[in-house]
Amino acid sequence: MKVRIKFSKEGPVKFIGHLDIMRYFQKAIRRADIDIAYSMGFNPHQIMSFASPLSVGHESSGEYFDIELNSMTDTEDIKNRLNEVMTDGIKIIKVAALDEGEGNAMASVAAADYLVRFSDKVTLPDDFKEKLTDYYEQEHIYVTKKTKKSEKEIDLKEGIYKLQVREDGVFMQLDAGSGSNLKPGFVLEHFFETIGVELPEFPFRIRRLETYRKTKKGKLMPLIS
Amino acid sequence: MRKLALSDEILMKVEKPARYIGNEVNSVMKDPGKVDVRFAMCFPDVYEIGMSHLGIQIIYDMLNQFEDVWCERVYSPWVDLDAIMRKEQIPLFALESQQPIKQFDFLGITLQYEMCYTNILQVLDLSGIPLLAKDRTEDDPIVIGGGPCTYNPEPICDFFDLFYIGEGETQYRELIDLYKDAKEKNLGRAWFLEKAAKIPGIYVPSLYEVTYKEDGTIKERKTLTVDAPEMIMKEMVTDVSDTYYPMKPVVPFIKVTQDRVVLEIQRGCIRGCRFCQAGQLYRPVRERNLEFLKKYAIAMLENTGHEEISLSSLSSSDYSQLPELIDFLIEECSRRKINISLPSLRIDAFSLDVMNKVQDVKKSSLTFAPEAGSQRLRNVINKGLTEEVILNGAKLAFEGGWTRVKLYFMLGLPFETEEDIRGIGELSNKIAATFFETVPKEKRNGKVQIVASTSFFIPKPFTPFQWAPQCRKEEFLDKAYLTRKSITEQLNQKSIKYNWHEADVSVLEGIMARGDRKINQVILRAYKMGCMYDAWSEYYKNDVWMQAFEECSVDPDFYTVRERSEDETFPWDFIDCGVTKSFLLREWHRAKEETVTPNCRMQCQGCGAARFGTGVCLEEREG
Repeated sequence: MKVRIKFSKEGPVKFIGHLDIMRYFQKAIRRADIDIAYSMGFNPHQIMSFASPLSVGHESSGEYFDIELNSMTDTEDIKNRLNEVMTDGIKIIKVAALDEGEGNAMASVAAADYLVRFSDKVTLPDDFKEKLTDYYEQEHIYVTKKTKKSEKEIDLKEGIYKLQVREDGVFMQLDAGSGSNLKPGFVLEHFFETIGVELPEFPFRIRRLETYRKTKKGKLMPLIS
Repeated sequence: MRKLALSDEILMKVEKPARYIGNEVNSVMKDPGKVDVRFAMCFPDVYEIGMSHLGIQIIYDMLNQFEDVWCERVYSPWVDLDAIMRKEQIPLFALESQQPIKQFDFLGITLQYEMCYTNILQVLDLSGIPLLAKDRTEDDPIVIGGGPCTYNPEPICDFFDLFYIGEGETQYRELIDLYKDAKEKNLGRAWFLEKAAKIPGIYVPSLYEVTYKEDGTIKERKTLTVDAPEMIMKEMVTDVSDTYYPMKPVVPFIKVTQDRVVLEIQRGCIRGCRFCQAGQLYRPVRERNLEFLKKYAIAMLENTGHEEISLSSLSSSDYSQLPELIDFLIEECSRRKINISLPSLRIDAFSLDVMNKVQDVKKSSLTFAPEAGSQRLRNVINKGLTEEVILNGAKLAFEGGWTRVKLYFMLGLPFETEEDIRGIGELSNKIAATFFETVPKEKRNGKVQIVASTSFFIPKPFTPFQWAPQCRKEEFLDKAYLTRKSITEQLNQKSIKYNWHEADVSVLEGIMARGDRKINQVILRAYKMGCMYDAWSEYYKNDVWMQAFEECSVDPDFYTVRERSEDETFPWDFIDCGVTKSFLLREWHRAKEETVTPNCRMQCQGCGAARFGTGVCLEEREG
């Protein structure tokens, strides 16, 4: 049977990279004595699937991974046992059993919410809110995306599902599907470029708020809903 | 939430920022207001190396068991952060509290290899602590050196207030109590150091003066106070099954060199290889009892969640209850899906059977350490491994499906001839031939691969070879070329790969290892000229080092190529490591005579360690 685990990552632990977070959870699952299933072979590994890698330096209150279990008590017990062995800054928020046949966390990801705050070194123009709103309300936002091999023109607008200037920063809901994933920093950098504002190094404080899957009817739902 | 010493901007800029954030699982947080003594424990190299070291985990655990002490960790910032900290004048901080080292009561630095010496200065410098002990004031921490290199502390004695000689588990409580007393009564640094010098194992270098003869050797060593002892006896744990050992080692977030549970099964070694310093320093061999090891293995696995456990000792095959321990581990670990790693096992039927159970034969390689190419030279170095044993082991291994063999040798050993060096190629060839003889063509599962590696021999204090001359760089390289040539002349040369170490750095290591007080100024000069991370070949600057020697008018050859006379006073002679100088000299003579000395379990050789009244010295001998 499979369970999906939702956790948050806040404070100094944001500097731990994705691969190390995976290793961290492998060890945590052993410390918590959770009856996880292992792959076959000479070097068995835990059957675990992370939804979406979080960049180093980003915080999150909506991270997910799935694990396969041999036996299970109940989801509340798994949550409590994991929370007992967590380090400061990483907290298990929810654990849910997955239905048979449900897609794994990584394949399910369709979108994510972000809150972006600015570092003290960023000077926002007085009409920042209007400018960003105008930017978002364009019908198309074409940009040239450079990859290692090619350049292609994409329409950012297709991947921005929501964008709002809030008291505490800029809220965005972005496409997070494999292949079409949009990074919040990329969108904002493009915006500042179009209005001609130069940014300092590391201008954004980014927090992922939630990760979504798409239902059969095309509706976005949190990975655990 | 903890506030970090470094800003987000800096952490985003440097490689592997998680090196500097602390907060790892099992790291210890205390309320600074509720402790009397703040102790910073340092490994002067990058985090991944320092975090892999067992000794620090033991001392960290012990000191934090003391309610009045908070021990934190600090490592060398990597070169990228080092540059930023210097530029922005950010003081070096401890990982746990993120507070500056300068505010601590103690800074303990473990000295595991000589090539970390410039990093000691890096750590002091970044902390804002004067590099020279004599310049420190009441505002500076007491800087302590510990670990194997303190058995010759003289080349770095100007940088330390005191050295702790020997195993760390025994005297810290007393040292800390003395310090608390001094602090409470405001007696000052000088008072504390003078009194500390009377604690067993503690060496306060500023209380001694050394004078030299015209030829540069030591004339006299004088104590400057009445109380300072003339000889410092090493500290040692008598009962290794009744002492500190971490049940909850710190688990790093990032992948480190030793990313596993480490179970130290015994201390010391019965073998007495004449080149090996550890084999003398940690005498006598003391085994941990089986129940202790079982209990700790399980607790450490449960508390860390590590997926691997490794046995640690100088020679695991000599642990008397190894089969029982391994049976236990195999059963526990297969249930928990934990890997077992077994370094330093002698290759024989037993170990091959064990390895077959715990590793993937196809992926693993076997390691032999003959150390010398000929039987004659192996007798000189007292390495009791014979060609017959090696070839038999190889044959068994090839039958068991192994195809990869690693061989370790040393070049530049005392009394080595060209014949001995050619022996490296010949032995490698015989092992390859054994494969072709043992495994019929149709059963050959891939090619046989022999990897022969050589390092350059460096004579170390407290070994029978402490009197031996060390090769020059050119001699080392000639020997490496001869080894390569002799390998290419072998019939099975296509199955043999050869690697050798760099020669420059081996020469410098030799100078540090047997250096005297005159070396301090050279290290200081080299550091000021930009040397750091000398153990990392990409940062090692040999030309700068040589310039530093020249500017300080110190002749490197004095420490290396010279053969020392038998009555010379060595810089480290004031330390008593348990093994007597007369025993070492006897062994030096036996080396010249190519005579093998039986190991401790076969026959006591009267090395001097029996006075500790523990370990193998109390065992009944077979003969």
